[in-house]
Amino acid sequence: MWSIINVELYKIFRRPRTYIAFGAIAALIIVIQLGLKIDGNTYAAFLMKDINDTLTVDGKVLNGYLICYILLQLLLVHVPLLVALIAADMISGEANLGTLRLLFTTPFSRTHWVLAKFIAASVYTILLLIWLAFLALFVSMWVFGTDDLFLMKSNYVVLIQQNDVLWRYVGAFVFASFSLLTVTSLGFLMSSLSNNSIGPIVGTMSAIVFFTILSTLNIPLFNLVKPYLFTTHMNNWKEFFDIQVNANNEAIHGSILNIPKIKNSLWVLTFHIILFVSASIIIIKKKDILS
Amino acid sequence: MSVIKVQHISKHFGSLKAVDDLSFEVQAGQVFGFLGQNGSGKSTTIRMLLSLIHPTSGSIEIFGKPIEKNRETILEQVGAIIERPDLYPYLSAQEHLQLFAKVRKQRIATTNIKETLEKVGLANRANDKVQTFSLGMKQRLGIAIALVHNPSLIILDEPTNGLDPQGIADIRQLIQHLAKEEGKTVLVSSHLLSEIEQVAHQILIIHQGKKMVEGVTKELLDPQKRIVQIKTTDDANALQLIAVGSFSNYLLPRKEGIFLKIPTYEIPLLNETLVKAGVALLGIETKNSLEDYFLQITSNA
Repeated sequence: MWSIINVELYKIFRRPRTYIAFGAIAALIIVIQLGLKIDGNTYAAFLMKDINDTLTVDGKVLNGYLICYILLQLLLVHVPLLVALIAADMISGEANLGTLRLLFTTPFSRTHWVLAKFIAASVYTILLLIWLAFLALFVSMWVFGTDDLFLMKSNYVVLIQQNDVLWRYVGAFVFASFSLLTVTSLGFLMSSLSNNSIGPIVGTMSAIVFFTILSTLNIPLFNLVKPYLFTTHMNNWKEFFDIQVNANNEAIHGSILNIPKIKNSLWVLTFHIILFVSASIIIIKKKDILS
Repeated sequence: MSVIKVQHISKHFGSLKAVDDLSFEVQAGQVFGFLGQNGSGKSTTIRMLLSLIHPTSGSIEIFGKPIEKNRETILEQVGAIIERPDLYPYLSAQEHLQLFAKVRKQRIATTNIKETLEKVGLANRANDKVQTFSLGMKQRLGIAIALVHNPSLIILDEPTNGLDPQGIADIRQLIQHLAKEEGKTVLVSSHLLSEIEQVAHQILIIHQGKKMVEGVTKELLDPQKRIVQIKTTDDANALQLIAVGSFSNYLLPRKEGIFLKIPTYEIPLLNETLVKAGVALLGIETKNSLEDYFLQITSNA
C-alpha cells in the first residue's frame, strides 16, 4: 500500500498543475500583505470607525495575528477551488488519459488504488494548508509583528492576549484541514463518476456553491437540513477565536466559548469524508474500465 | 497446462453483445494469436482477462485460479498492454518503468529497467519525457512496462499499432524470443493477420463477439485445406457449373469471384470439367495466407 501511495504522490508532484495552487496562494497572500503594509493604517481606521467613540485601543491592532485572521477569512473560501483542481482529477484525469487501466492491471485491488489516491490527494491538501499557514501566519508575524488579537464580530468585540493566540491558530488550521479534506473527498467522489477532468472540478465547485447557499439562506425548510450539510460546518474554525468571559466580562485565558459546536462540526465533516470516500470505492469497484 | 481458461464468457453493454459465449484455452509457453476485425470484441475479452471489465456471464481462470477471487496473485505474474499506449506525458521512459516497478511486490533491480529499455529499443531515449515520443515509441514503452517485472504471461493487445515496418519486425522478433528463449506464454491480439500467422502457434478468430474458428496455425495453413480463387472467361457460367456439379461441396460463398476450398489433386479435374463446358480457365490463385482465411470467415459471418 505504501508503495502505491508513493507512486501517487510522485505523480502529483511531477505535474506542473500541482504548483499552480501553491503559486496562487503565495501571490494572493503577498499582494494582500503588501497592500496592508503600505496602507494598513487606513484599513484599520476604517475597521475601528464604529467603535472609536466608545473604545480606546492601545497597541498595534494591525499585527501579524489579525492579518492572518483576515487572510484566512478571505482564502478559506477560495482554497477549495484549488483543492478541487487536483482532487477532482485524481481518478477522472487518469481515466481521460487512459492510464487508469495501467494502474488497475497491477497486483493491487481497486480499493487500494482509490485509498492510495485519496491519501495522496489529502497529503497535497494538507501541504497546501501548511503553505497557507506558513505564509499567512508566520510571514505576517515576521512582517507585521505580534500583539493582542483584536477581532470585531457582528455585535461584539473579542480581545485575545497575544500569548493566548498561537494555539488557537493551530486549532483553526487543524479544523480547516477537516474542511478541506471534505472538499477533497467530494472532488474524489465526483472524479469516480466521470471520465474527464473538467466535469468533476466544475461539479465539486457547483456542489459547494449550492450547499453553501442552502447553509446561508434563513428559510425554515432549509433550516431543517442545515445541521447535516458539510458547508454549514466548514467555516467553524472561527469558533477557536470566541472566548469565554467571567462574571466581570473579562476574557478567560485559554478558553473557547463553544467547544461542543467545534466537536459537532468535526463529526459532521468526518462523516462526510467517510461517506464520500466509501461511495467512491463502491463506484470504482463496480465500474467497467472502458477508457 | 492451461495458463488461460475461458469458459462461456459473455459481455453485454445494454443490448449490445460485445462478447458472446466465448471459450478458449491458452497453453503454457504458447504464442496465442487472437484475431478479429476492429470492434469484434478482442479488447473487451482482454479487459475481462485482466479484470478491468466484469463479464456478464462465464468464468475465467488464469494459472488455474478464478480471476475474480485471485486477481492480485494472478496479476503479479501478468504483463499487459491494452489498445493505445496511454502514458504520463510529464514522465520519462525510465521514470515510467521505475514507477511500475514500484507497484510490483517483488523488488526490481535498476539493471532490469535498463535491460527492458534496451530490449524495446528505447535505451537512448530513457530520460526523455513521453510527451516528446512518437506513437511507435509510446507503444514500445508500453511493451517495456508490460515486461519490466518479468511476468510469465504477457498479454499484448494490438502491440504493433503505430509502428513502422522495422518496429513491427522487432516486436515480432521480441514475441518469438519471449516464447522460445524465455518460455513465456504470450497472448497477442491483432487485426493485422499477417503479423499473427508468423508468430502464433495457435489462433482464435472472433467476429461480432463470437468465436469463428480456433486451431493450430500450421493446420489452418495446411495446403490441402487452402482456398483457391479461379478466374475464367465466363465466371457466371463457371459458377453455375460448379454449383450443380460434383465440385459444389468445395464452393465458398463470396460476394465477388469464385472461391473453392478444394484439395490440390482435384484442381486438374475441375479444369477439365470447365474446358469441356466451353469455359476457359484464365488462372488459379492459391490463397495461402491466414488473411484470406480470416477474410473469408468474417465476410460470411
